[in-house]
Amino acid sequence: MSATHVTGAVRSRANTGSSYRLTDRIGLGLAWLLGLLFCAIAAAIVVYFLIEGIRHLRPSLLVTNPQAGVTESQTGGFLDPLLGTFIIALMSMAIALPFGVGIAVWLSEFGRPKTLARVAESAVEMMAGEPAVVLALFGLALFESHLLGFLSQSTHGVVLGQSFFAAAALLSLVGLPMVVANVREGLQAIPSHVREASYALGKTKIATVRRVLLPAARPSVITGTMLGVGRVIGDTAIVLLLLGGTLTFQSANSVPVLGLLRGTGDTLTGYIYYNAPTGDGNQQDKAYAAAFVLMLMVLALNVGVDIVVNRSRKAVRWS
Amino acid sequence: MDEDDFLEQSHGISQDQRAELGLGALVFVVVGLLLAMLGFVLHEAWPSFAHNGIGWFGPGGSLDQQIQAIINSGELKEAPVYTFHAWPLIWSTILITAGAVAIAFPASLFIAVFIVEFAPQWLRRTLEPVVRLLASVPSVIYGLAGVLVIVPFIGNHLITQGEKASVTPIIELTGASLLAAVLILTVMIAPIMIAVFVDGLRSVPRGWLEGSLALGVNRWRTFWKVGVRTVRPVLVAGTVLATARALGEAIMLSMVSGSVPFSPNPIDGLIFLFEPSQPLAATIIHNTEALNSPPMKATLYAIGFVLLFSAAMLSLIGWVVKRPMRKYGASYGVVL
Repeated sequence: MSATHVTGAVRSRANTGSSYRLTDRIGLGLAWLLGLLFCAIAAAIVVYFLIEGIRHLRPSLLVTNPQAGVTESQTGGFLDPLLGTFIIALMSMAIALPFGVGIAVWLSEFGRPKTLARVAESAVEMMAGEPAVVLALFGLALFESHLLGFLSQSTHGVVLGQSFFAAAALLSLVGLPMVVANVREGLQAIPSHVREASYALGKTKIATVRRVLLPAARPSVITGTMLGVGRVIGDTAIVLLLLGGTLTFQSANSVPVLGLLRGTGDTLTGYIYYNAPTGDGNQQDKAYAAAFVLMLMVLALNVGVDIVVNRSRKAVRWS
Repeated sequence: MDEDDFLEQSHGISQDQRAELGLGALVFVVVGLLLAMLGFVLHEAWPSFAHNGIGWFGPGGSLDQQIQAIINSGELKEAPVYTFHAWPLIWSTILITAGAVAIAFPASLFIAVFIVEFAPQWLRRTLEPVVRLLASVPSVIYGLAGVLVIVPFIGNHLITQGEKASVTPIIELTGASLLAAVLILTVMIAPIMIAVFVDGLRSVPRGWLEGSLALGVNRWRTFWKVGVRTVRPVLVAGTVLATARALGEAIMLSMVSGSVPFSPNPIDGLIFLFEPSQPLAATIIHNTEALNSPPMKATLYAIGFVLLFSAAMLSLIGWVVKRPMRKYGASYGVVL
């Protein structure tokens, strides 16, 4: 096989004065072309939203609430959706982080019986591939049951099933695979002699995990969390179905925090969907401004991940 | 805390065992949740499947009228109507997903090769963060760009008046079309593929490539024949991941696909690219307000179950295809 390749290469060199055959040149040309095209598309998307965002974003939008209206000047800003995004991110990561780290530790350090490990692995992988809409439908079926009725509002004995609790619980499933994958990779990158050194000092396995491995894998925990947050704040389907998509906070009752969390609300993604030309609001300028803010958040998370990864690359050198 | 570690012998069950059990229980919860999801969704969907049988997946009648009848029967509290033939939705999903993956896969492969091997250093350093940024841009933003830029462009410049007139009584060609859906979906899933492919290509052992180069094989051929071939499991993994994302994409597609349950027919010529349709996932989003009509709820859960099942099958296929390929190289951890 390799012999024919070599003779082929030699022959074509004799013919054309270079070792590149026609197909090779086409391939290389395509790679350059598509690479540059990709740059162009990426630049177009980023520049477009940058320009539209700067044109339409006013500081007042960030501090006023959405209002009913038909023109851009009547409909207010997006304070509540913005806060909603933060609340949702915080709540869902509060669930996803401990679960994700726990599962990653179990998969990487324990993983017995093997069958359960394999099942768990594919379950997490599958969860990453499940459509968010279906997760939302599942969440609705789950939180509409009377057993979980205390987490949302109910009128006349019918449980609404829509609340910050419901949305955050299901969105944590969106963030979970990112946490598991990253933490697991971080743990596996630690060479086994580090563990052995810890055991030799008389540490138990779980103490090793807590005192040695997790601190060493902290950059991947942070990376996984940030990527998870990025996924969570970008989701729209679960927000529409489980958070109600009511633009402003609609508290379930007057209890300060719990009432809010049991009530419905919105996030930036839901707000953009509502204000896109296909939505009910149809206020393009607001949609652009909110999309710009959301893009900035995603960008910040990405930069954060880069910084953490670069710093950890410089910091730890095993062996 | 440290004292605990040394005192473990005094307990009946050691700290390690307790931790292992605890963490194992956590894993059980997540696996159980996934199974519960399958069960729950199927349970809610059952009336729709039971009533239509295999005809659920087939064509038949106007889907618009069927959906309206289902919703009405629930809201008027009459005997529930379940008749539903989802073929237009399934066909739309197949067309859009296959179209996007068919364009995105070769393009992503070339771009990944370009980034890893051929791009100048400065370009590589800017491209990598850009790929990751594009992969994490929320779908609603892509949808917004689509509905404000791509859809009007197609509607105003690509579709002729004659084409609009030719289909007028049945559908309206506004630009929200198969073409728009495929294009934007391609841009959406390509960064995912590129990111996975780049990760894989970078971990090809340098020695293998150098061996090929030392034999006088040129750089392109070396990378194409040795590098790309080595990462075939990664190519499968990335494609499965991106296909799953495409299949489940609801928000963006509900914005740009036109949301009309119509099945574009390739036999009609190129005009089918401009025709609107409605994929499965977008149908759920489009009809969320009808969820309080019990028969419609069952129908939407049935759609959800089909999506759930296809996504699970996709994972399974990916797993089966990847397995025999493992021998070509080490197993690559793919994180995205």
